Amino acid sequence: MARIIVVTSGKGGVGKTTTSAAIAMGLAKKGHKTAVIDFDVGLRNLDLIMGCERRVVYDLVNVINGEATLNQALIRDKRCNQLYILPASQTRDKDALTIEGVGKVLEELAKDFKYVVCDSPAGIEKGATLAMYFADDAFVVTNPEVSSVRDSDRMLGILASKSKRAENNEEPIKEYLLLTRYSPDRVKLGEMLSVEDVQEILSLHLLGVIPESKSVLNASNSGIPVILDEKSDAGQAYDDVVARYLGEDRPHRFIDEEKKGLFGKLFRSK
Amino acid sequence: MSLLNYFRTTKPSSASIAKERLQILVAHERSSKTQPSYLPQLQKELLEVIRKYVNVEQDAISVNFEQDDDQEILELNIVLPDEHDKVS
Repeated sequence: MARIIVVTSGKGGVGKTTTSAAIAMGLAKKGHKTAVIDFDVGLRNLDLIMGCERRVVYDLVNVINGEATLNQALIRDKRCNQLYILPASQTRDKDALTIEGVGKVLEELAKDFKYVVCDSPAGIEKGATLAMYFADDAFVVTNPEVSSVRDSDRMLGILASKSKRAENNEEPIKEYLLLTRYSPDRVKLGEMLSVEDVQEILSLHLLGVIPESKSVLNASNSGIPVILDEKSDAGQAYDDVVARYLGEDRPHRFIDEEKKGLFGKLFRSK
Repeated sequence: MSLLNYFRTTKPSSASIAKERLQILVAHERSSKTQPSYLPQLQKELLEVIRKYVNVEQDAISVNFEQDDDQEILELNIVLPDEHDKVS
């Protein structure tokens, strides 16, 4: 039985797709068979971030409509054979996604996969609510910035009330905070909300802090999930996130200024 | 020097302003979110029942919902009119 993870945020541009690609690759690299699904129907981008945009033949909507089988639509990652990508449709309208259709696809994936990562679109429309509906765990991606924190709080409310688990009175979705685009030096200057500030407001379990990093754009430019850039701070931060999610106890890094981060890196680098 | 100190101590960082604004906003949005959706309907129906017996004003009834950590309080406040306003 697969564990279904939704990567969500409410606000756009905070790093949902970057995170989805990174954690899916991270989980797969640890030997867990993982599928990552793009729920952003109409504006698919996960394929680009994963570097498989030219291999897309069928998509999520094709599978839901029975125009292709799941196996036909799933793209096997060339770098890691435990990882599969299910792209979103580019042309169709959002109504193509139905709760029954998504449920069936996830049910079928659950038979064969260990983890299913759902990359949610921004907003609180159908695509976003369907991406989270069947979830067991939620990664709430937040930037240390007022509008992102507020939207994350709204998403928490929706996660708690509009999911399958909530409707069936089951154990609620496990929610984790992922603070992205963090600049320790700006925090120190009092120009940016700190990890503690955001945690205090959202009262969420912190899974990791991803520092603002040039490596993220470099990675997306070349279609390589940033977690594969093992030398980069963001890549290492995502590696920590995956390890923590799997139960490993790793101290938080990249929260303090560069100097300390460097020391930490030196002592920790394998 | 004292003037310098004055400016230094009174200017809060933009991050602390952000935190304060968010705390107020989030607390407010959470409280309105946890209110049960039946509240306006309940208020309307209660008013109708009470009006069968007492001629109260539209705004004489207030329904208030509060939530603490582990208890919910539904507070109902009805202002009864003076004796001679009552429906016989």
